[in-house]
This record gives sequence, structure tokens and C-alpha cells, in this order.
Amino acid sequence: MKQSLKSSSSLIWPLAGLGLLLLFNAVFNPSFFSISIVDGNLYGNLIDIFRNGSITMILALGMCLVIATGGVDLSVGTIMAITGAVVAIIYQSDPDTSLFVALLVALGVAGVAGALNGALVAYARIQPIIATLILMVTGRGIASFITGEKQIAVENDAFGYLGTGHLIALPFSMVLVFLLYGLMVLGVRKTPVALFIEATGDNEDAAHFSGVNSKMIKLLVYLVCGLFAGLAGLVETSNIANSDPSQLGIYRELDAIFAVVVGGTALSGGRFSLIGAIIGALLLQTLTTTLYSYGVDSALSPIPKAVLIVTVCLLRSDRFRKQFTSLYARKNVA
Amino acid sequence: MFPDVLKKIPLTFLIITGLFLSGCGGGSDDSSADSDTLTIGFIQTGAESDWRKAHTVSVKEEAEKRGYNLKFADGQGKPENQIKAFSSFVVQRVDAIILAPIVETGWETALRKAKAAGIPVLILDRTVDVSDDSLFATYVGADTYQEGIQAAEWVVKETGGKANIVELQGTPGSSPAINRLKSFKSVIDQHPGLKIIDSQSGDFRRANGKQVMEAMLKKHGPENIDLVYAHNDDMALGAIQAIEEAGLKPAVYIKLISIDAVRAAFEAMVDGKLNCVVECNPLQGPLAFDLLEKILAGETVAKDNRVKDEVFEMAHAAEDIKTRAY
Repeated sequence: MKQSLKSSSSLIWPLAGLGLLLLFNAVFNPSFFSISIVDGNLYGNLIDIFRNGSITMILALGMCLVIATGGVDLSVGTIMAITGAVVAIIYQSDPDTSLFVALLVALGVAGVAGALNGALVAYARIQPIIATLILMVTGRGIASFITGEKQIAVENDAFGYLGTGHLIALPFSMVLVFLLYGLMVLGVRKTPVALFIEATGDNEDAAHFSGVNSKMIKLLVYLVCGLFAGLAGLVETSNIANSDPSQLGIYRELDAIFAVVVGGTALSGGRFSLIGAIIGALLLQTLTTTLYSYGVDSALSPIPKAVLIVTVCLLRSDRFRKQFTSLYARKNVA
Repeated sequence: MFPDVLKKIPLTFLIITGLFLSGCGGGSDDSSADSDTLTIGFIQTGAESDWRKAHTVSVKEEAEKRGYNLKFADGQGKPENQIKAFSSFVVQRVDAIILAPIVETGWETALRKAKAAGIPVLILDRTVDVSDDSLFATYVGADTYQEGIQAAEWVVKETGGKANIVELQGTPGSSPAINRLKSFKSVIDQHPGLKIIDSQSGDFRRANGKQVMEAMLKKHGPENIDLVYAHNDDMALGAIQAIEEAGLKPAVYIKLISIDAVRAAFEAMVDGKLNCVVECNPLQGPLAFDLLEKILAGETVAKDNRVKDEVFEMAHAAEDIKTRAY
């Protein structure tokens, strides 16, 4: 009970940011909320936010676990590029490959990449930022090598469903996020695994002496993060029906880290919030869509982004809030 | 003994990482050269598109054909990599540098160093923004300003001077984005019936082009958008998908024109989904080396040299695609 109260209070700030953005749209851009039905599917800005934001949400779910162990995975963007390249090559060599085989191979590669990161961090004891940097800088080269330094069109109906299909009038990628979130809640949050992860992030030595196999936990979270990154890469490739190793997933790791941190999981590790990561990703995508739809000059659009990020981070900081309120209190006294 | 080995592993990995990083930073091929062949340093932006690859190949092939020793440095999309490679070429005292800058600004200091060392610099493709023109020997590029004019002229002809236009810009601050924006607007502004109702950046990327177009369709309503002008093909291809997913026919319900003319754009034209492309010619190697030879021989050359760009329309795309080299 106490736990859930605590975690919900840390969600207030990203939710406030999201509310503020929606309020802005309600006042200045009311058509933002209109939803219509096109070809039997829901169609509108809000749907786009979920669909385009699904990639960051998937990444954030994986990244959340890694950050909870006190690590970070910089390679998710390049894992996206590698899986995109793998799936493109599979469909290029045989356009009739079954979706199951294509997903299995592509996610297998992503899993290997994730496990490699995990092994470097857990068993070789390399700093996570360095261990994952290795794949971050080499991965894009690997992806380019796989596709022969070319963009490859991926036009397969079954595969296209991942990024552009609809299930019960909702974008499939949105449904996928709900499924993954449910899976994570049941498989991690509601089991002792969550406790093991938090213990590892809080104090690895203490966790180790309490009998937590923190090395295995670390390996697993990087593996999951890699798998989720692979899935995100597949959704993006499917969405644009094209695999471009030099562009796919570029700077995505930063979006994912931002979503997780804004969502209430500290970079120092420990307590984590899966729903917070989702809300963080939602906040980021809502901002992007708002900027497009309100018509902010492209050259200026990084500014509102930066302002929002700084505001949410400051509001999240206890110290800043205390200083701010004490400043206000002093003024009132005077 | 076993723990000792384990302890050494992190160090080994750090060294390996260091090697990777330094490899990426400098990124120049080292091939031994005879003393009499001239060495040219070529700094490319990256391998971000098929266009860029054709551009790289054009320079590399021309260098080989004329018997130069070409040192190739890949900026991998990061201006700081390019500046590092540039400095290292100056230190190596290459005979000339061909620079295809990622961004226009920030080259002043680097170019001054090259000038002081007496190394002529040929700027290729995108321009540089410097206070003193004498800092580089000459410029060779596709005329990104002219391309915007060619695109606008097609729009005037195609729409009869009456249309609401949505523009998908390239990366803000890059010279093709600036030129294609300004030149297009300069022609459109002369026709009161033509209006650019919105202009947003899709960063030259397909996914972003799609996302921006989705937002535009919702903001203005598809019935109020007659034409999309995209600063490159990839963004137009993304916009085509957004239009299709809104249940509309691209190139029919909303017309599209883009710049670059890569193969995928030709394929879209053959499929009847894209109306027109303006070429941005990547085969700049031959002209660049013609000029470079003159410069190295001490002749003076014009400061601004352009390769020729053509306009391709949907109607002839099926024949044109057969003649394309990239």
C-alpha cells in the first residue's frame, strides 16, 4: 500500500507535464483532439501519438530494467538498426519467408546483442556506459555491412502489420505496447524478480550477500533490453517499409533514457517505475506531435523540448522543490 | 591464477574499446603511396543515403582513374569527426583536401590552418560559411538553390498557379535545406494563388517525413492540401505512406514533388505515387578533379562550379529509370 502510494506520487510530475501539454493543445489547437474513423480504424493525432510513440515506449520498458540495476544501455538505437537490417536481408533473399521465422531470427540476433552487453557488464565487470558503447559505435557498421551499405525496401504484408496494421480499430503497435507492459508487470513487477533488480541496483554487494544472483539479474535485464530494442527496430522498419542502417534508431537511446528518468527511475538505480517509463515516452511523443501540429518553426523546435525536459527534471528534484518553496515562504514572511 | 586472468579482462576490453573509438574518430584509410603520386584527402559526410554513396563512389573512381592516392575519411554524420579528420590531413601534409561538409558553419579555424600550410581545399556538394572566400580554393556542387527554383517552376506549371503547398524541410541549418527553402519560396511568392501553408522539418529522414505528414493531414485536413514539396526523396516516400494510410491516393489526391532523384523515388514514380523529382546530381568527381588539377598546376579557377541537374516527371519515369546510374 505504502509502496504504491510512493510510486504514484513520483508520477505526478511527468503527468503534470503531459497535462500541461494537452491543456495547451485544448486552448490553442482544439482540432488536436479530434478522432475520426478512416477505413474502419481510429484516426487522429492522439492515435498517432500512441503509434509513433510506441517505439520509444518499447525501448523505455527495456531500458527501465537496465537503469534500475544502476546501468544504462547506449546500444539500443544500433540494435534497432541491426534487427532492421537482418529482417530486410531475410525478406530480400526470400520474400515469402514466414513472419514467425523472420521475427525469430531478427529477435534472436537482438537477444544475442543484448546478452553480449549483459555479459560484458555482469561478468567482465565493465562499466555499463563503456560496455554498451562498444556496440553503439560498431553496431551501425555491422548493420550497414549486413545490408551492403544500402537502404532496402521491406514490403511484406504480414511484416507490415507490425507497424501499420490495426487490431480492433487500434494501431497494432499500440496494442503491442499494452501487451508488453502487461507481460512486464506480470513477469517482473508482480514477482520477486522486481525485488532482485531493485536490490542489485541499490547495493550490489548487499544483494549478493543476501543470496541474489545479481550477475544473472544483470545479464537478464540487458538481454531483455536488447530483445525490446530489436522489437522496436522491427516496428520502425515495418512502419516505413524500409530498412536504412544509417538512420534507423539514431539517437533513440537518448529518448529511451529520457523517458525512463522522467518517469521516476533514478539513473543511480534502485526503485523503478514501468508505467513511469511509458508516461515519459508518451510525454516526449506528445511534445513532438504538438510541435508539428501547432506549427513551431523547425529551427526553434528544440527550444520548447529543452524547456519541458528541464522543467520536468527540476520539478522531480526534491532539493529544487524545497529551495523553491522555501524561497516562496520567505517572501511571504517579508 | 584464474582470478588474475579475470582481473585483466576489463583492461583488455578498455584497450579494445579505445582502438574502436580512435578508429572511428580519425577514420582514414592508410595506403602507402609512392613519392611522386599526389595524395588527396577526401572528407565525406557519411554514408547516410544511396545518393551519398553514389557521390563517394564518383570521387573515389575519378581519383583512381587519374592515379591519385586518395585518403578517405568518413564523418559518419558528425561535424566533429570531419574537423578531426581535416586537422589530421593538414598534419599529414596531403597535397590537397576535398571537403564535403555536413554543416556550413565552424570551418573557419580549420580552413585557416590548411591555408597556412599551403594546402588547397576544394569544397564539395554543401557550402561553407566563412568570412573570407580565399580560405578555400574553389567550390563544386549541385546547385541546391537552382533545384528549388526548378521544383517551384514545375509546381507553377502543374497547378496552373493555384495550390496549397505543404513543405517538408531538410535538417534545419544544412545548406541544401536553406537553399531549397529560400529558392522555392522566391518563385512561389510571385504567384498569389500559390501558398505554402505549412513548412516543417523531417530531417531528411523517411520516418520523420511520414510523421510530419501525418500531423499535417490532421492539422489542415487532406482537402486543404494540394501539393507536398519535400527537400529530399526519403521524406516524400514517408509522406506517400502517410497519405496512403489516411485512405487517399498519393500523386492523385495530393501531388508530390521531391529533390534528389534516387532509385526508390523513380520506382515510386513508376508506381504512380510520386509526380516529379528534381535531380541533385551526385556525380561530382570528374568536375572536382578537373578543377583540382588546374589548382595544383597553379592556374586560377572560378570560385563556384555547378554540375547540371535535370527534372524528371512521372510520365517518363519508366524509360528514365533504365538510364539511372544510382
